[in-house]
Amino acid sequence: MQFWIIQTLNSLALGGLLFLLSAGFSLIFGLMRIANLTHGALFMLGAYVGVTILRVVPDLWLAALLGGLLVAAFGGLLERFILRALAGNALGQVLVTLGVAFIIADFCLIVWGGDPIPVPTPEYLRRPLIVAGVAFPTYRLVVIGIAIVTAIVLHLLMERTRLGAMIRAGVDDMQMARAVGIPVSRLFTIVFCLGSALAGAGGIIGGPILSAYPGLDFEMLPLALIIVILGGVGSLVGAFVGSFIIGFIYTFGSALLPDLAYVILFLPMIFVIAFRPRGLFGRLGT
Amino acid sequence: MRPAAWGVIATVLAGIPLIAGDYYVNFTSQIFIAAIFAASLNLLVGYGGLPSLGHASYLGVAAYLSAWLYLKLGLAHWMTAPIALAATTLMAGLFGLIALRATGLGFLMLTLALSQVLWGTAYRWVSVTEGDNGLRGMTRPAPFGVSLENPAAFYYFALAITLLALWLMAKFVGSAFGATLRGTRDEARRMSALGHDVWLVRWITFVYSGFWGAVSGLLFVYYHKYIHPASLSLTSSAEALIGVIAGGSGTLAGPLIGSAIVMILKNYVSSYIERWNMLLGFVFIGIVIFMPDGLVPGIRRFRTRWWARWKARRS
Repeated sequence: MQFWIIQTLNSLALGGLLFLLSAGFSLIFGLMRIANLTHGALFMLGAYVGVTILRVVPDLWLAALLGGLLVAAFGGLLERFILRALAGNALGQVLVTLGVAFIIADFCLIVWGGDPIPVPTPEYLRRPLIVAGVAFPTYRLVVIGIAIVTAIVLHLLMERTRLGAMIRAGVDDMQMARAVGIPVSRLFTIVFCLGSALAGAGGIIGGPILSAYPGLDFEMLPLALIIVILGGVGSLVGAFVGSFIIGFIYTFGSALLPDLAYVILFLPMIFVIAFRPRGLFGRLGT
Repeated sequence: MRPAAWGVIATVLAGIPLIAGDYYVNFTSQIFIAAIFAASLNLLVGYGGLPSLGHASYLGVAAYLSAWLYLKLGLAHWMTAPIALAATTLMAGLFGLIALRATGLGFLMLTLALSQVLWGTAYRWVSVTEGDNGLRGMTRPAPFGVSLENPAAFYYFALAITLLALWLMAKFVGSAFGATLRGTRDEARRMSALGHDVWLVRWITFVYSGFWGAVSGLLFVYYHKYIHPASLSLTSSAEALIGVIAGGSGTLAGPLIGSAIVMILKNYVSSYIERWNMLLGFVFIGIVIFMPDGLVPGIRRFRTRWWARWKARRS
């Protein structure tokens, strides 16, 4: 019983982290039509920057906020000065994001070294929550909560605000959006910053569960890719559902069939591609 | 190129082991392997317009399979090589079914996701792949009783395979099928309207490209006598892709020159500093921004311009 509860919570917590990662990835892909291959690296950068911030300010949430802002600033610069120079050349943009991902990975290795750095769970969340004789790890519950709140806020942002309406218009038909006077290129920067901030903050919030280590970037990136393939490009609901599907499959796969956890990730992807190539909730063909 | 030029190149290549030391002979062998690998990727990227970021799958799986069959099942090289090639080509067929549901960046994402899954599996499936330790103890085959342990012997073996591979790939590109393939790259809709099965053309190319990727994987594992999950990594796919783009995708010579440059950079730089990944990142950005066509088309353009100017001056 305890095993199943713990694994379910682990799945949900991982799903929550994956949502923070893949929501931005999906929005960037939907709006800018590029796969941002730095996204895994931004997640890792967030985790490492968080580690350093935590040495100065011993508060995880403040570190997540500051780290998210720093990573957002980095993402904004990347979009403004490098991707902008390659406007219209989608393949070039993707290759540049891959190059930047390599640079970030090596940079982190130089600055923070090769050993995994654990991120301490906040003192007050360490004690498990005991309900009806079953222990629930508190921090994971909090992570799930954060993911759900983020999902709701993002949903409201997309559905209820002017900014969200403009982003949706850009995702659906960029040329028409431009023609009616929506500043699409400014939206690019905003969405890129937003996505980077979510990834960076996700890295720190995930720290107590995953810790910060070299290789975290290219471990998270394929998960984000698979989630977006599953859920559909540019769809928040798709990213949300896809994150939890992958969270469950990956966690239970690792626990029950550790050797083949990665192969099992294949299965939902193949299924979706075979029967619904635009993804579960996608409106765009990739 | 004129036959005379080919003759000169062939003579120089054949002469390298007679003049150069073992270090350079081994290094050139590695360039050959990288050249086959990049040339096979170029079939997709350059001629098919299908940007794949998962080509390491074929190199890695062929290498792992042949090493595993040899080490764990004790099969002889003459059996492991065809089995590994056939199985990897079959895998390319399946991956093609999945990846070719999309084109463009969707294709890129699918190939990347597929290869990352293989990479993760190579790390995790310790009972088969030995995980991070990699498979050690592979030997080189001895075709017709000639041992390849000596650097020069391996060099000639690799050279022969490379020439055969490049010749067959050049044939493929130059054939009517190759023309159709370029048609699907440039005008997929019109090709479809002309009655060509665009999907099938792409799939066949995908499989053919995977086959040559597998060949380079066999040479790779014979050369190193060792295989590690790093060969399946995104870095490995990215190195090949940057080789193709740096040299000039969609040209025959481009990937050879590009992959040689990548190998030279990697070898020389990593003997001075450990920061290969960072350098690779900067090379990526630099090439995409400043030299998007690659070296070979760039040089060609320069030469035609220079030629025209020279002629104008003479008249």
